[in-house]
Amino acid sequence: MSAGTQGGGAGSRGRPVGVWEACALIVRRELCLSFRRPDQLLQPLVFFLIVTTLFPLGLSLQLSLLRDMAPGVLWVAALLSSLLSLDSLFKSDADDGTLEQLALSGQGLMVIVVAKTLAHWLVTGAALVLVSPLVGMALGIPTGAFAIMMVSLGLGTVTLSWLGAIGAGLTVGLKRGNVLLSLIVLPLAMPLLIFGAGATDRAISGASVAGALYFLAALCVFTCTLAPFAATVALRINLE
Amino acid sequence: MWTWFYKLASPPHVYGVAAAFTPWFLGLAAIALGYGVVDGLAFAPADYQQGDAFRIIYVHVPSAWMSEFVYTTMAIAGAIALIWRIKLGHAVAAACAPIGASFTVLALVTGSLWGRPMWGTYWAWDPRLTSELILLFLYVGVMSLRSAFEDAARGDRAAALLSIVGVVNVPIIHFSVVWWNSLHQGATVAKFGKPSMDLSMLWPLLSMFLGFMLFFGAVLCMRLQAEVLNRERQAKWVREAMHS
Repeated sequence: MSAGTQGGGAGSRGRPVGVWEACALIVRRELCLSFRRPDQLLQPLVFFLIVTTLFPLGLSLQLSLLRDMAPGVLWVAALLSSLLSLDSLFKSDADDGTLEQLALSGQGLMVIVVAKTLAHWLVTGAALVLVSPLVGMALGIPTGAFAIMMVSLGLGTVTLSWLGAIGAGLTVGLKRGNVLLSLIVLPLAMPLLIFGAGATDRAISGASVAGALYFLAALCVFTCTLAPFAATVALRINLE
Repeated sequence: MWTWFYKLASPPHVYGVAAAFTPWFLGLAAIALGYGVVDGLAFAPADYQQGDAFRIIYVHVPSAWMSEFVYTTMAIAGAIALIWRIKLGHAVAAACAPIGASFTVLALVTGSLWGRPMWGTYWAWDPRLTSELILLFLYVGVMSLRSAFEDAARGDRAAALLSIVGVVNVPIIHFSVVWWNSLHQGATVAKFGKPSMDLSMLWPLLSMFLGFMLFFGAVLCMRLQAEVLNRERQAKWVREAMHS
């Protein structure tokens, strides 16, 4: 970011940058940064796979028993692995001053928060959804339930990214905020676990999944509407 | 009107008011709790289904109720402090958190003690117990977030925001846990039907409610005094109050 961006909404080339363009630029920057460091992109996914491997090792080899546990295992692993990547959401940009420059760029802070969270979901949540059939297969989830599992994980990870954005915004100024971040975000994410694992569970047993999916969608819309405000305020507390 | 309000919320004034209210709250709480305990434990008739074990509700239900009430108070105080930048709100919220967490622990402990004779186990994944446990986690999160910041003012505001986010989530958590329980019906202990309460049982319970509220008021006043002193330790009036 050059110093020239500070003048009330003027871009670095001296022309005004609209909200959508600013949003797209930030998303592109974030994606670019992530794909330049593919190991960091892959680590949460590998962590997701490792955690799900731990359960069969610790519990039982029987696929029938695993199938009963599968929704819970899958969702707990997804929760933990997206927590792992939350630390990087605002932290590295806050440490090197980029975040302050973005905040001074004349765009509203909320635009930046929304764009960064969206990009974060694309590289963690969406990737996790794509990997989930692999884990589903390993845990003995029938292929017929994969679609519901992926839809519920998709809705759930969006919600989780937003809850995480609030937590990451609150702890961005702390030196060791990692454990605290989990302590803050996990209780808020518990309804998600209930409905997400519930939907997957019902898809496996062939029951109607509509209720659980509606709840997940409702939670998703709810956090998408309110969490940007909360995350912006949280970030502002740390930036001021 | 606003200058009057700010004057009312000024630390020396609040310190004085809290000091004046504490003995009143304590005295009235002692009366209400005294009546509630004696009547509830000794004179109220035993429950036809649960026998004398039901008497634990005289501690359990008020503390569970207080755990939610104190959380709401904390969130409202935090919201007032965030929106109108009234520092007193942060002091009230900071004073509320440990009290509320203690009420939550009390509700959990008495709940599991009650569960032992009723359900045959100390812990059942009953929706109320579970959401109470999550509430405790929320309290712990707010308290640790506040203390994690080196800059106390920043910690105050972060904790206030988190408690507001939490208060939005409390009903969601509660209803999702209830829904989850109906999903796993077979695995949990069936809940017994709640008999409608006889007046002779109800009066001591109401008195305990009142007593818990007054007790909360008294402890809040005491903690608030300590908070105000700690936050204003550089101020002149504190030195004068301490030396006189």
